[in-house]
Amino acid sequence: MKIFTDPLAKNNPITVQVLGICSCLAVTAQLKPALVMAISVTVVVALSNLIISLMRNTIPPRIRIIVQLVVVSALVILVNQVLMAFVYDVSKQLSVYVGLIITNCIVMGRLEAFAMSRKPLESFLDGVGNGLGYGIILVIIGAFREIFGSGSIWGYPIMEKLGLYQIGYENNGLVIMAPMALILVGIIIWIQRTKDKDLQEN
Amino acid sequence: MFDNLRTYIDKIKPTFSEGGKFPWLHSTFEAFETFAFTPNRVTVRGSHVRDAVDLKRAMITVVFALLPALLFGMWNIGYQTAIHSEAGMWPYELGTCACFWYCLWFGFLRMLPLIVVSYVVGLAIEFIFAQIRHHEVNEGFLVTGIIIPMIVPITTPLWQLALAVAFAVVIGKEVFGGTGMNFLNPALVARAFLFFSYPTHMSGDKVWIAADLWGSDALAGATPMGELAAGSQCSASVWDMFLGIIPGSSCETSVIAILLGAVVLLVSGIASWRIMLSVVLGGGLMGLLFNAIGANDYMQVPFYYHYLMGGFMFGAVFMATDPVTAAQTNCGKWIYGFLIGAFAVLLRVLNPAYPEGMMLSILLLNCFAPLIDHCVVSRNIKRRQNRATERKEVTA
Repeated sequence: MKIFTDPLAKNNPITVQVLGICSCLAVTAQLKPALVMAISVTVVVALSNLIISLMRNTIPPRIRIIVQLVVVSALVILVNQVLMAFVYDVSKQLSVYVGLIITNCIVMGRLEAFAMSRKPLESFLDGVGNGLGYGIILVIIGAFREIFGSGSIWGYPIMEKLGLYQIGYENNGLVIMAPMALILVGIIIWIQRTKDKDLQEN
Repeated sequence: MFDNLRTYIDKIKPTFSEGGKFPWLHSTFEAFETFAFTPNRVTVRGSHVRDAVDLKRAMITVVFALLPALLFGMWNIGYQTAIHSEAGMWPYELGTCACFWYCLWFGFLRMLPLIVVSYVVGLAIEFIFAQIRHHEVNEGFLVTGIIIPMIVPITTPLWQLALAVAFAVVIGKEVFGGTGMNFLNPALVARAFLFFSYPTHMSGDKVWIAADLWGSDALAGATPMGELAAGSQCSASVWDMFLGIIPGSSCETSVIAILLGAVVLLVSGIASWRIMLSVVLGGGLMGLLFNAIGANDYMQVPFYYHYLMGGFMFGAVFMATDPVTAAQTNCGKWIYGFLIGAFAVLLRVLNPAYPEGMMLSILLLNCFAPLIDHCVVSRNIKRRQNRATERKEVTA
């Protein structure tokens, strides 16, 4: 169970391992793509962890990276096709970032560090946990950026319905830009480390 | 009267000390006590170099140096409204004594809310952080808090200003450990936040002139840099720009008022003359280079225009010289200042999307200042090492 819960907070892939920052900046301008991306990554990490773990004893160590890449790429292509079939507009918004899951450090990191030496069930749980840990951060940042950057949540114009524009409120342009996502990740790390003394260095 | 205050402070002191009623408010108490009196704690042993100029004194000197620009800015806010509003809207005839005082009063009333909001928000955050960290409250915000309202357009909505100040103090300063630990100038962080968050309130020709006393409406009036970036000619005369009788950010238009402040800073030795001089040199040389190329209208603008327009001088005198974020080594200061001036003019001329390059260029060089210092120091070490080994070879 610890394998599953650890990556959600104590060993979160974004805020503690600091992996997968690139996609975290790129796809979180709105909540919907952030959530879709989170689900896609979870599926890819979980399944690739499972498959590699099943094959781990037959993979020659010298070509393991290639084998891992083949598995991950196959899964990513599948995910991409599913997205294009069912949520075409989001798939358009995510554009290259779905394909770039292949290079997402979290995927390769979990394969190398975990799936290559653990049993299939454990690896699967680890994959789901890491995917969700990544997903939580993405959804938090996506929600924040959509509310304050576009004034809506899941496409619903919440700020307009609240009547904030009449009293002089305006959407924040900086929140839409990638640097703000990085600052938000920093703030989340800050809060997490303040709460959790184990994570504090020095 | 002072004796009474002293006795009163001594009387309530135990309440805020360890074991008192409000020990967690100690930082706040300490801040007000040292604001009123010199602390009576002395160094117990060992010799220390003592100087009359502590952080509080240095900060308040900078605030004094800012006063000419602030006062001029207030008058200019009123004057710009007077000359841009329709005939009959302004209660006094231009050029009269009454008009002068009314302009100043108008500008004062418009500036006051900005300054109050900036100080209240910024100091509140500083006090909270000092309280949580059990630090003494630092004086760092004294200068930042007055600079922020001076470098934004007078029509900036107050809630946006409050948000920007909060962002600057928390993200620009407290995250890194408070005054003295920040690597970016907090006042510029606030301005950059406003610039990227609410671009319609920070550029264009509709934000620089306040229409009336309390409303947030504005009159149209382009700044010289706005005109040039839009591809037209600069309509203000050199003399007007030097005096500062042009639309612009609330208190940074007047070169002459800023130079007065520069004299104060240089005489008191608070700001570095190397940085000021090198910023001016860098901007001038870049301007001359563009004059020599002369490919478009903006490049042909005489190089000294860059000193007079926008925030160049204000940045050079008050922001680039911020001792925390500037380069520390003497040689580093020259490089740092020169690059600030050069990049500011480069951004102005080549990137019409960002009419004012000074803010971005100072922030950029703030990031590079530690690197510049590192290079200067390691080069110095290497040079001395070489000299030592050479001497050894000679004697051997």
